[in-house]
Amino acid sequence: MDILDIIGSALKAGLRPETAYISLAAIGLNIHFGYTGLLNFGQAGFMAVGAYGLAIPVFAFEASLWVGLACGITASVIFALLLGYPTLRLRADYLAIVTIAAAEIFRFIVRATGLREITGGSNGINGFSSGFYEANPYTSSVGFELGFLDFNYTAREAWVMTVGWGIVLTGIAFTYFAINSPWGRVLKSVREDEDAVRSLGKNAYSFKMQSLVIGGVFGAIGGMILALAQGSVQPSPVDLGPTRTFLAYAALIIGGTGKLWGPVAGSFIFISLLSFTDTFIRSAQAEGWIDESFIAPNEVGIARFVILGIALMLLMTFRPQGIFGSKREMALDV
Amino acid sequence: MSRSEAPAEIESKPGATKPDPILKVSGLVRQFGGLKAVDVEHLEIERNKITALIGPNGAGKTTFFNLITGFDQPNAGEWTYNGHPMKALGPHQMAKQGMVRTFQLTKSLSKLTVIENMKLGAANQVGESLGKALLPFTWKKQEAEIERRADALLDRFNMSHMRSEFAASLSGGQRKLLEMARALMAEPEIVMLDEPMAGVNPALTQELLGHVKELREEGRTIVFVEHDMDVVRDISDWVVVMAQGQIIAEGTHAEIGANQEVIDAYLGRHHDEEMSSDKAQESGTESFSQSEPDENSGLEKESNDE
Repeated sequence: MDILDIIGSALKAGLRPETAYISLAAIGLNIHFGYTGLLNFGQAGFMAVGAYGLAIPVFAFEASLWVGLACGITASVIFALLLGYPTLRLRADYLAIVTIAAAEIFRFIVRATGLREITGGSNGINGFSSGFYEANPYTSSVGFELGFLDFNYTAREAWVMTVGWGIVLTGIAFTYFAINSPWGRVLKSVREDEDAVRSLGKNAYSFKMQSLVIGGVFGAIGGMILALAQGSVQPSPVDLGPTRTFLAYAALIIGGTGKLWGPVAGSFIFISLLSFTDTFIRSAQAEGWIDESFIAPNEVGIARFVILGIALMLLMTFRPQGIFGSKREMALDV
Repeated sequence: MSRSEAPAEIESKPGATKPDPILKVSGLVRQFGGLKAVDVEHLEIERNKITALIGPNGAGKTTFFNLITGFDQPNAGEWTYNGHPMKALGPHQMAKQGMVRTFQLTKSLSKLTVIENMKLGAANQVGESLGKALLPFTWKKQEAEIERRADALLDRFNMSHMRSEFAASLSGGQRKLLEMARALMAEPEIVMLDEPMAGVNPALTQELLGHVKELREEGRTIVFVEHDMDVVRDISDWVVVMAQGQIIAEGTHAEIGANQEVIDAYLGRHHDEEMSSDKAQESGTESFSQSEPDENSGLEKESNDE
C-alpha cells in the first residue's frame, strides 16, 4: 500500500465535478444559514428542481439546453417563493420542516408512474446532456502528473469541471460582493435579530425571501451540474434526497458557516476524505490488515461514512467553528 | 427646567387633549385570553416633549409599546402618527415614517461590530437593494457619509473606543447606549425607549439622561418606559401612568405624585389599612419619597395623613 498514492487519488477526487456541485449547494446554504440564519433542510429539493427543470424540457419537449437552463432557474425561484411565503413570517424551525417536506414531496412527485412520459418516473431521465457534451472543447484527457499527484481527468470530466468550478468561482465572487454590501449587512442582522432589523425600518421578511431565493438558485445550479455530470437525473435519496442536503451541510460546517470560502473548502475536504477512507480501507483489506469479517468489501462504502461521522463529531467538539471560522466569533454565540 | 416647560393648559386627566399631538391613540385593546393587557381609551403624545410611561409591573406598558410600533396586533383600536393612521402598517413601515423604538431586552446584533450595528440603522440605503449592492460604486459614497455620521454619534455616546468590537462583547449598559445610538441613525422623529436605564449604572444613567434631553433639544419627541422615579422626575415633561392596561393618570411629575389613583395602583387600594403604616411606606413609597425629597410629595402626605 502506498499512502502517497492514496492521498494523491483523494486530492484528485476532491476536484471532481461532485465537489463542484456540492460546493454550489453549500454556497447556497451558506447564504441561507450562514448569513441569514435560515434553516433550509431541503437544499436537495432545490437541486432536484434545478436538475429536473433542466432535463424535462430537453427530454419531454425537445427544447434546447438553454431553455432547460432558464426553466430550471425559474422553477427554483418559484419553489423558493412558495416555500418562503407561508414560513418566513414564522420562526426558523418552521422553514426547516417545510423545506425538508417539500423536497421529499417534489422527489416523490417526479417518481410517480403517471408522470413517466415527462419525468421518467423512478428511472429518471437520461440523454438530455448530449448538447452539453457536444460543446466540449476538450478532445482528449486533460491534466498533469507531479510526483505522486495525478491530476488527469477524462475530457468529459474536464468539461464539467471547467463549467462547474467556473460557476463556483462566480458564486464566490457574487457572495463576496453581496455580503460586503449594505444588503449583506441587513442579512447578517436578520440572522442576529429580526426584530432589531424591523425596528430600524427594514423589511426583514423581504430580505429573508431574497436570501431564500438566491441560495435556492445556487442549489438549483448545483443540481444542474449534478445532472450534467452524471448525464442523468435520478429521484434517489442519495442523489437528490435528504442525504444530499446533509452532505452539503456537512461540507459547510467543516469549512465554516458564514465564511466566504467555507463551503468550497469544506466540500473539497469532505469529498477528499470520503475518497481517502474508501481507498485506504480497500487497500488495507488487500494487505490483510483489516479482516473481511470485520468490514466486508461491500461494507466499505458504509464504513467510510461511519469514520467520517466520527471525524465530524471530533471536529464539532474541538473546532466547532470549522476550518475558516473564528473561535472568537463562535464564543459569542451564548 | 423641564417641568416648568409643560404647558399649563393641558388638563391633568387620563386622555387629555394636547395642543400639538404627534401620536394619537384611541380605543386600543389587546387581549390575551380573558386578560385585557392593554385597554387605552384615549392618549395623545405631545410633540417635542419627553413623555414618561410608568406603572407597576404587568401594567401593559411594554405591550402598549409593542402595539403602537407594530410589533404586536391589537384586538381593537386606532392610532395616528402625524395624522396618518398606522394600524395597517408593519413595524418596519412605521420605523420608516420616523417612529423608532428600542427594546427592554437590548437587541444588539452580537456578531456585528459596533460600527456595523450603527450603520445598519441608517435609513434609505441605496446598497440595501440587491441589484445595487453588487455595484459598489452606487453606494460607496453614501456609505462613507453614513459611516461619518455613525462615528459622530459613537463619539457623542462615548463609544468610539468600542468601534471595531463585536457588539456581543459590550456590557449591558453599553448595549443600551448602542441601541439608542443606533436608533438615532435612523433619524427618527419620535423615539420610543423601553426601559432605557434598566441595568445601567448610575454614572452611565446620568450620561444617558443627558443624551435624551439633547434629543428633545434637537426637536425629537421621546416616549419612554421607566421604573426609576428619579429618572422620571429628572427628565420627563409629562408622565402617563398605566395600571392593569388602562391609563389611570396623566400629568406633570408633581401632579402624578399627588394622585390618589396612582398611589392605589402602586400600593394597592387598601395599602393604608391593614399593614402597619411604616411598613407600607418603606416598601412602596420609597421611590417617590426618594425622588422628591424636597417637595414633600403628595404621596407621603396622603399616607401620613391617614
